[in-house]
Amino acid sequence: MTTDLDTTDLDALNAAARADNQDPALFGQTPSQTVGPFFHYGLPWKGGADLVERSEMGARADLMPPEHFQLASSGVSGRPLGEVIEIAGGVYDGSGAPLNDVMIEIWHANAAGRYASAEDGRAEVPLDPHFIGFGRAATSREGIWRFRTIRPGRVPGPGNTLQAPHIALSVLGRGLLKRLATRLYFEDGEGNADDPILALVPSERRQTLVARRRPDGVWWLDIVLQGENETVFFDL
Amino acid sequence: MSQVSSRLILPYRREDAGAPPSRHAGYRSTVLRSPRLPPLAIPATLTEVTGPEQAWDRLMGPAMADLTAQHRGAPQGQRIVVTGRVLDEDGRPVPHTVVEIWQANAAGRYIHARDDWPAPLDPNFTGVGRVITDAEGRYRFVTIRPGAYPWGNHRNAWRPAHIHLSLLGPAFATRLVTQMYFPDDPLIEIDPIANAVPMPYRQRLVARFDIGVTEPNWALGYRFDIVLKGRDQTPFEEDHHDH
Ligand SMILES: [Fe+3]
Repeated sequence: MTTDLDTTDLDALNAAARADNQDPALFGQTPSQTVGPFFHYGLPWKGGADLVERSEMGARADLMPPEHFQLASSGVSGRPLGEVIEIAGGVYDGSGAPLNDVMIEIWHANAAGRYASAEDGRAEVPLDPHFIGFGRAATSREGIWRFRTIRPGRVPGPGNTLQAPHIALSVLGRGLLKRLATRLYFEDGEGNADDPILALVPSERRQTLVARRRPDGVWWLDIVLQGENETVFFDL
Repeated sequence: MSQVSSRLILPYRREDAGAPPSRHAGYRSTVLRSPRLPPLAIPATLTEVTGPEQAWDRLMGPAMADLTAQHRGAPQGQRIVVTGRVLDEDGRPVPHTVVEIWQANAAGRYIHARDDWPAPLDPNFTGVGRVITDAEGRYRFVTIRPGAYPWGNHRNAWRPAHIHLSLLGPAFATRLVTQMYFPDDPLIEIDPIANAVPMPYRQRLVARFDIGVTEPNWALGYRFDIVLKGRDQTPFEEDHHDH
C-alpha cells in the first residue's frame, strides 16, 4: 500500500514496523543475554551482600568515580533472628582462573524456614520483619564472593519431604549468556541425607553444593563453571 | 502430615526455544565459562517459586527513572524514552516488579574503570536506572541513546547499541538479565552475543520505534516489552508421592 503524504494525517503516521519485540507472532520469553563486564555501577548496591547489618559489602565502588555510584545503600534495619553466618567462595572458569567480573545473588528462607514472599503463605511459620533473604554481591578483585546473612531454616519440598537448610544462588557474569542457578547446603545441615533435591544429584557431584566451615568460621563454597569438580547447576 | 505439605506448587515453565545456549563459540568468553554438563532438572519447590517481590524499595531504594537528571547538567546525546510492559508468557502483566537498566553513554563509553576505550566520558551521565512496574506491568525510562562500542572478542568487533536490563520477576525461577537493541542497527546481525539467540527469536530483543511514545520537540520513543517465564497450568500437588 502506498501512502499519499500530501493528504494523510502526518501526525498519525508511524515508522515502518519490522519483526521485533512487538510482533505477536514472536511473542514468548525474552531471551537471556550476558550481564557483561560493566554491571558494577548498575546492579550491586552497597550492603547488597549484607543481610544482617548496614555495611558496604557486595558493591565494587573502586570501579567507578564516586559521583557515579548512584545506587542506594543497604536497606537493612534491625537484627534478623537466627545464627549470623558468612558464606563465601571463589568462582573459577574451565582453566581454573578466578573470575573477578561475576555477580552472585542469593535467596533463602528466614531462620524459621519461611520465605519473605506472598507465595509462601504458611501463616503458621513466622515471618521476620528484619529479614528479606535476597542479596547481591560482585566478586572481588581476587574473584571471591561473600555474604553475611543468617542460617536459614528448613522449608518443605515435594511430596511430604522437608528440605535441608539451603541457599539458592544465581551466577551471572561476563561470558555467561544465561543465569546459572545452583544451591548452597551446609556440611552439617540437618536433613542433608534426605534432601529431595540433593537426592537428584549424582552422589559424586553432591559435594559441589555443600559448603564447608573453615577454621575462621566462614562457610566456603567454590563455584566451578566448567571442568573438573564442575558445580551442579539446575534447570528450573 | 501437616497442612504445609498439601499446598499447591505451580511450577514455572522451563526456557523456551529462544533461549541462547550457554556455549556460543563466537562469543569467546563462553568457551571456558559455560558448564560442560547439562543443567539438572529439579521440581519446583517453595525456593524456586518465591521471591522478594514485596521488598524492592527496602532493598534497593527509590526509583531512578530519568537517567538524564542525575547530574548537574544534561548529558550529551539523543534523548529517548524507553517504555513497555513486563508480561508473563500468557500475556498477563507482571506488576510491582523491579526493572534495572545500565548502559554506555552516547559515545559508547561506560563509566567503569575497566572500560578503556578512548571515547569521551560524559560527567553528566552515569547510565543507571531502576523503576518498579505499575499495576499493569508498565515501566518507563528517560535516557539517551547509547553508542555502539568496540570490544576485544575478535578483530573489528563492535557491540550494537544496547541497554542492559535486569529483572527478577515474581520468583527465583523468573530471574532474567537481557539486552535491548535498537531497530535497524546493522551491527545486530554481526554481533556474537545477539547471535547466540537463534532467529526468529533474536527479534524479541529489538525495540520498536513508536511515534506514540515519541514526545514532540523533546525525545524519540521506543517500545520494549519484556516477557518472563509463565507458570505451568497444571498444579503440582504437593502431597503426591509419585511425582
Ligand atoms: Fe554493554
